[in-house]
Amino acid sequence: MSNVSATKKKGGFLAGTANYLDERVGVAGILKEFGRKIFPDHWSFMLGEVALYSFLVLLLSGTFLTFFFQPSMTEVVYDGVYGPLKGAHMSVAYASTLNISFEVRGGLLMRQVHHWSALLFVAAAGLHMLRVFFTGAFRKPREINWVVGFALFVLGMAGGFTGYSLPDDLLSGNGLRIIDGMIKGLPWIGAYTSSLLFGGEFPGNQIVPRLYSLHIMIVPALIIVFLAVHLFMVVIHKHTHYSGGGKKDTNVVGYPLMPVYVAKAGGFFFLVFGVIMLTASLVTINPVWNYGSYDPSPVSAGTQPDWYIGFLDGALRLAPTGIETMVGNDTLSWNILLPMIVGVGFLVVVALYPFIEGWITGDKREHHVLDRPRNAPTRTAIGAAGVTFYATLWAGAGTDLIATSFKMSLNNVLTFMQIFLIVGPFIAYFITKRLCLSLQRKDREIVLHGNESGRLVRLPHGEYIEVHEPADKYQVWKLTDFKEYQPILARPNEKGVITLRSRIRASLSKMFFEDRVSPVSATELEAAQHHGELH
Amino acid sequence: MAKKPQDLAVTGESGEHEYETGIAVVTADKPGDPGIEPHRVRMTDKSAKHERAAARQVAALFSVSIIGSIFSIWAYYAFPFNNSDAASLRINTIFLGLGITLGLFGIGVGAVHWAKTLMPDAEVSEERHQTRGSEEVRARAVEIIKLADQESGFSRRKLIRRTLYGALALFPIPAIVLFSDLGPNPKDSLRHTMWGQGGLRLTRDPDGTPIKASDVQLGAVFHVIPEGLKDLEAPSMLNEKAKAAVLLVRLDPADIKSQREKDWGYDGIVAYSKICTHVGCPVALYEQHTHHLLCPCHQSTFDLADDCKVVFGPASRPLPQLKIEVDADGYLVAPGDFAEPVGPSFWERKA
Repeated sequence: MSNVSATKKKGGFLAGTANYLDERVGVAGILKEFGRKIFPDHWSFMLGEVALYSFLVLLLSGTFLTFFFQPSMTEVVYDGVYGPLKGAHMSVAYASTLNISFEVRGGLLMRQVHHWSALLFVAAAGLHMLRVFFTGAFRKPREINWVVGFALFVLGMAGGFTGYSLPDDLLSGNGLRIIDGMIKGLPWIGAYTSSLLFGGEFPGNQIVPRLYSLHIMIVPALIIVFLAVHLFMVVIHKHTHYSGGGKKDTNVVGYPLMPVYVAKAGGFFFLVFGVIMLTASLVTINPVWNYGSYDPSPVSAGTQPDWYIGFLDGALRLAPTGIETMVGNDTLSWNILLPMIVGVGFLVVVALYPFIEGWITGDKREHHVLDRPRNAPTRTAIGAAGVTFYATLWAGAGTDLIATSFKMSLNNVLTFMQIFLIVGPFIAYFITKRLCLSLQRKDREIVLHGNESGRLVRLPHGEYIEVHEPADKYQVWKLTDFKEYQPILARPNEKGVITLRSRIRASLSKMFFEDRVSPVSATELEAAQHHGELH
Repeated sequence: MAKKPQDLAVTGESGEHEYETGIAVVTADKPGDPGIEPHRVRMTDKSAKHERAAARQVAALFSVSIIGSIFSIWAYYAFPFNNSDAASLRINTIFLGLGITLGLFGIGVGAVHWAKTLMPDAEVSEERHQTRGSEEVRARAVEIIKLADQESGFSRRKLIRRTLYGALALFPIPAIVLFSDLGPNPKDSLRHTMWGQGGLRLTRDPDGTPIKASDVQLGAVFHVIPEGLKDLEAPSMLNEKAKAAVLLVRLDPADIKSQREKDWGYDGIVAYSKICTHVGCPVALYEQHTHHLLCPCHQSTFDLADDCKVVFGPASRPLPQLKIEVDADGYLVAPGDFAEPVGPSFWERKA
């Protein structure tokens, strides 16, 4: 081990730099460890990347906006270039938003980049969560990372909402009014909490600067911390892969980070950024100059929140009439509390799902090969029910637009949604579960009897048969490589008692695994092939 | 298909930890793993001509990016804003944006094309190790914890430990107290509106001109603010308006079902709070032939001819009515405040 830096003299600038960095930060060790790390390839793995890259675009465009935006609610008389609002009284925040849109070159573009990437961030994070859910990627050892990702999704919504309210226009002001009304509905602490948030009465002159602190500091800092943890855990666990030949729970199959993934993922950042930029240059979003500055009296019909807040707004709309109750002299606003409980309760179930499923199966092994959704019929059915529930709440936020667009009675649309919110998930559950089981039977069929070739043959004695082509070994492996579980009976513990806990676990395991299709075994396959040869 | 779950199964490489399988069916009777599928030979793998073409395409895409970036810089200056012309803003935004888009897409498509055509695309396998540390590592970790405990005396010295817990529990409390001044105690502010000053005229929103009873035609709707609200300083102007906004409508007195509603109105003219009792949006839509008021936010619907009772939607309480009279000059005035707090419900509303 000689310390003589022979490399320094050889090689050019690059070698010199590499040597400099290695002697100071040990870059060679880092490269040796991570440079050829293997990443599996699949289009569905890009959803998380889309979210990550939209967040980077949010940071870039947001920083640009902070240079021009003034988060103050001091009243000014508008004297900018936008004619229709000249002479109008408004807050500095609204005036500076108009200034960014009309007087800073590229300002409108950056505002639209920022808004579109925010919408994309939450959408991509949501789709990424669905991918992780339906493929069972949340199973051990990734349960904690599921919760971290869930926190990122909620933080994304928080970032979106705090940013949406900053321009202090009529639309966002009404959004804040709704938040104020919801906070006031909290038992005991409602009125005081609202006063703390708004610095006195609604709307006051504090809320925009306060939301600004949250929006540009606290929320993004938390997102960055959680992102770091999220990605760090991906490195620890290594990425999951879909089942296929040679892919096991004990290995990872894919392409090396350098150079393939650096090029693909690096290029993909530019593609995501490009799509956002293209949308922002061509499609207007949030034209605040049309709405006017905030005033508590006017409102426009058909107003909508950004899409990711829709499910909470829908929950508010779907609450039944007249469910406020009194506790002595105090008011309990169930029309506020019930939607909050439903919305928050739904999110809590989502966050805890990995632990529930892990408890039912009791399977403590590490799972790195992803499930095809059909091979976990009950989980997939639960997911479909959850999606239906969320989608109904979300569509609930558009009852008025649905009624006017399709010329239906608003009352009927709302009543239908209220009923469907409860019935819909059950329908989705049963249909999805049956579909999954049918698809699994189809898979068995293919493994045992081959693929339909579409070629009809008439035999000498007049019988018509369709020729089936046997599945190759890769297809057989793909269709048979999944885990099967058997329901358990509630068993007495050491004291001879059947606990409630074990009863619940037994009935859940029955719900999950009573109806199931087993993967084709080697014996069955051999028998089928043997049978086939007899023909 | 007669397979029985086994209690334990070996997973992973030999020497690695064996985990419980729970209710999983563990079987050795599986079709054999065929191994990684052989990689498909691409045109660029077997033909030097195609390889050269792909390399040219990648270079061309990167050049497109260069052109796009330069174009966007040019567009920034070439399409200035013209204040009197909205189209100039649109053109600047579009061309600046399209230039940057090209600059980004060129790099993105080029890099991905490079990876897909020219870099090796044979899949490689790498071993995973269990996330759990090996037995030696775990033993050493436990040893370190024990050593730290021993050296610090954390478990042994109860007094130190308990006072530390207390100190840690209390030290964030001052931070919470510090936030008390974020807002004042609301006290009675939610119960009173500007109308409480008594004798204020009803004036038009937003210009503040007073309204004569004779101006209000049958079926007409007026958006009303109290006299003098317009001249208040910010932010109290908006704060007061958020509570005092009123909707004024003239109904046929024969249509009004409630005696109180008639008594508090004037010859069929009635005034109701415009702030929804659900979450506070302005209830701004009036349907003349049904006498229904609709909140556009969550569709709570109130029957104006029947004390503004809720007929549909998530609201629970009627909109509060504002008693009105006519002064000597024929203008509408409110002798006093609403009889109950306006707007969304809150816990101590009735107390």
